[in-house]
Amino acid sequence: MEHIELFFKSIFIDNMVFATFLGMCSYLAVSKKVSTAVGLGAAVIFVLAITVPLNWLLDQYILQEGALAWLGSEYADYDLSFLSFIMFIATIATMVQLVEIVVEKFSPSLYNSLGIFLPLIAVNCAILGGSLFMQSRQIETIGLAFNYGVSSGIGWFLAILAIAAIREKIRYSNVPAPLRGLGITFIITGLMAIGFMSFGGMLTGGSDASEKEDDTLQVQVIEDLERKEAKQQLAKNTTKVIK
Amino acid sequence: MAKDSKLILDPLADNNPITIQVLGICSALAITAQLKASIVMTISVLFVMGIGNVVMSLIRNIIPSKIRIIVQLTVVAALVIIVDQVLKAFSYQLSKELGAFIGLIITNCIIMGRFEAFALGNGPWRSFLDGIGNALGYGVILIIVGFFRELLGSGTLLGYQILGDPIAKTGLYSLGYENNGFMLLAPMALIVVGIIIWVQRANNPALIEEN
Repeated sequence: MEHIELFFKSIFIDNMVFATFLGMCSYLAVSKKVSTAVGLGAAVIFVLAITVPLNWLLDQYILQEGALAWLGSEYADYDLSFLSFIMFIATIATMVQLVEIVVEKFSPSLYNSLGIFLPLIAVNCAILGGSLFMQSRQIETIGLAFNYGVSSGIGWFLAILAIAAIREKIRYSNVPAPLRGLGITFIITGLMAIGFMSFGGMLTGGSDASEKEDDTLQVQVIEDLERKEAKQQLAKNTTKVIK
Repeated sequence: MAKDSKLILDPLADNNPITIQVLGICSALAITAQLKASIVMTISVLFVMGIGNVVMSLIRNIIPSKIRIIVQLTVVAALVIIVDQVLKAFSYQLSKELGAFIGLIITNCIIMGRFEAFALGNGPWRSFLDGIGNALGYGVILIIVGFFRELLGSGTLLGYQILGDPIAKTGLYSLGYENNGFMLLAPMALIVVGIIIWVQRANNPALIEEN
């Protein structure tokens, strides 16, 4: 259940492109044709599925506060979390290089379709973002970390596929000249993000999401109450002034 | 000298990293719900780009081109760690708000893009100017977007209530004005940047793209 929830949550609710704007640069640059978008999207899923669990291991056993306890009790109070950026990016860069070599050796056809995109991916913020959000959301097991990597990759894939299809069609429409190209892509992405916001209510049956909604509701109720009080006071004051 | 000033002035308008070169969009959109966060982000990028460009330009002749991406990532990551630690030490609240996005400066394409496009082929002083110029160009857009989103979304600027008090109904609110909470949500950032691009290209037709 936990897995299913995380899966749908990372694809739709916390979609990398529409909710957190990760990987926007390649999203905008490589979305002119559906076929290239599919190639890049597949490569992103692939690399996220490898790097997120790997960085999870690094985070759990080296970087977190007290993570070095397995080395012996004298290392138990070390907190290396300030090194996480450099460790994560080093893992990503080497993994991408490694994956490139392995794929080239064992599956030349896959290499031909992914090949040019792999080096690009090392600097795609979606990949580093996946690891950093994995760290800040405190994902508990390596299975969940793998799940998180794959599902947020799929979310990214869906987003770039959709925008590439729309951009192929929009070529035949009469867009105002200054908006052509980049401008209209931004606005369409904004509209798509509004659409994706409607998925926000999808998991309200689960424990986590419903709690969050309750919180915001309560805040609203409190604000309403405050407003009512303020109004009443205002009314009192004005009646006083009139008197 | 005229050429040097061009390095700084060009990215502010006609060669803006966000609206023209399409670099560094991710962070530009994610943290602009408040003006303060936009300003801090601008300063952080200014620091990382200025120093990073100089470092890359100094070592450009000794690194083999095959491993240059890893070297670049390491240089940027080291600088970003400095920024992150400084923020944590002096403004913990803000560093919590910006969260993962400070880390994402590492993969901010604007930095890698300028390394590749400029610092690897030019001397340190010119690279420094180029870095500062591009970071400022990036910051201008961030601050414009942050300004409108905070003003229209929560009626404040840098946390100060500009339009009056929404609860006591003073200022503009006494006329029935309401905050547009939608501006604080993610999609509006995209649409605001889209509108900035529209205005910019309408003023300068040379920038209009082919469909």
